[in-house]
Amino acid sequence: MMTSVVATNISVEFPIYGGKSRSLKNTFIRAATGGLLARDAADHVVIRALNDLSFEFREGDRVGIVGHNGSGKSTLLRTIAGAYEPVSGAIDVAGKLATMLSISLGMDTESTGYENIFLRATIMGLRTREIEPLVDDICAFSELGDYIHMPMRTYSSGMSMRLAFAISTSFPADIVLMDEWMSVGDAEFSIKAQARLRSMLDQAHILVLASHDEQLIRRNCNKIMHLDHGQLVSLDSV
Amino acid sequence: MQTARPSNLDLALKDLKNGISSIHVWLMLGWQEIRQRYRRSVIGPFWLTISTGAMIAGMGPLYGRLFGQDISAYFPYLAISFIVWLLIANLINDCSNAFIAAEGFIKQIRMPLTIHILRVIWKNLIIFAHNLAIVALVFLFYPPEPGWHLLQFPIALLLIAVNALWFGILVGLLCARFRDIPLIISSVVQVGFFLTPVMWKADMLGKHIWFAKINPLYHFIEIVRAPLIGGGPTLLSWGAVLTITLTGYVVMILVFSRFRARIAYWV
Repeated sequence: MMTSVVATNISVEFPIYGGKSRSLKNTFIRAATGGLLARDAADHVVIRALNDLSFEFREGDRVGIVGHNGSGKSTLLRTIAGAYEPVSGAIDVAGKLATMLSISLGMDTESTGYENIFLRATIMGLRTREIEPLVDDICAFSELGDYIHMPMRTYSSGMSMRLAFAISTSFPADIVLMDEWMSVGDAEFSIKAQARLRSMLDQAHILVLASHDEQLIRRNCNKIMHLDHGQLVSLDSV
Repeated sequence: MQTARPSNLDLALKDLKNGISSIHVWLMLGWQEIRQRYRRSVIGPFWLTISTGAMIAGMGPLYGRLFGQDISAYFPYLAISFIVWLLIANLINDCSNAFIAAEGFIKQIRMPLTIHILRVIWKNLIIFAHNLAIVALVFLFYPPEPGWHLLQFPIALLLIAVNALWFGILVGLLCARFRDIPLIISSVVQVGFFLTPVMWKADMLGKHIWFAKINPLYHFIEIVRAPLIGGGPTLLSWGAVLTITLTGYVVMILVFSRFRARIAYWV
């Protein structure tokens, strides 16, 4: 099956139940940042984070998403990830996803590094028999030594990040979603980490990367998607 | 080429099916939560057993006297009632917060929502298993009547877990949307302890026994309790529980089909 992400007229709206304000009644406000504020049929304030987006990502696409704060970049990544289902329109994702939006999701500070490998990888959708062959590589790469058998609360924040990074990049995926480029560790480790991340990204069929750094996007992407107030301004090849 | 879009009902059923079959995930998450809480404690979850045991040991003689009951019959009754009540009450409270507590997962990754409820059920079954030590101890002194009716106990326990699933999805969903509901539920559960025949027996009501019988929680406790203290539950209790199970699943599937996709926006 070909890897692809196809979105047709997707909109994502966040209802704000605490946010009833008369001044907003029947008005649309276009703020400097954030999605469109509007009201839904039941008169709730809603934030339209994505407004009628259509696009297609195919194999080989390296898509950079740009836009100011609140333009919908992260929401779009989470919608592709399947966490948010669009209120209208449809999105079809074919291929195995790796979501790098929160790389320590599911990890527990009271558990040892070793236990956390299984926790985190299970959350990422792996079975125990798939995780076991990865353990040696993760331990070696994260350079934690005997600390791998210590509770994670004894780790420095840098050590925790190394472990989370090593686990999240330890197996290939067809589609990789990233919110800002990942960089971890001190100068020396960082070089090693970049090489590992690159090799994972090179194996991926589709990369979707949201970032504020235009330079970074130009270096790594062959398509640039520009979002503004949740609207698709442009999607161009570069 | 476009294939037909799955309906909301298909998606809800798929969530249930994939959630249940992700057994390795919810078993792990359930254990994880218990281990997290008791990580550096020497006897861990047995602290709950000890505090529950102390409560029963203290209340047994006192309420036995207050209600004018024969202690050898009242004590096992209270012990079993109390730990079954704890299971049900904790399930109700935890289920109402299940989706809210899983916000981090729900907003970041695609994962069947059913997993978050199954995790809560599994966690509470583990705690219940620890509390069974109390029942074992009580049985040493007041052995149950042997017989086939004992077999109803595991079936009843399974039915409680099965009911917790529909209840958890339905109520977890409502609680994610309306944040007053978890607060209302925890108050109702507190009052429920006194209004449900846990400390007292339904037949103490005399001709007002209908008050116990209209309480669904009474029937859930009864199907677990009665097999262990002789007799076995009445057909009324089994009938009530089965009716609630079927009705609950129908309502849950309808509501879950309609609002499943909204949960990520509510938590």
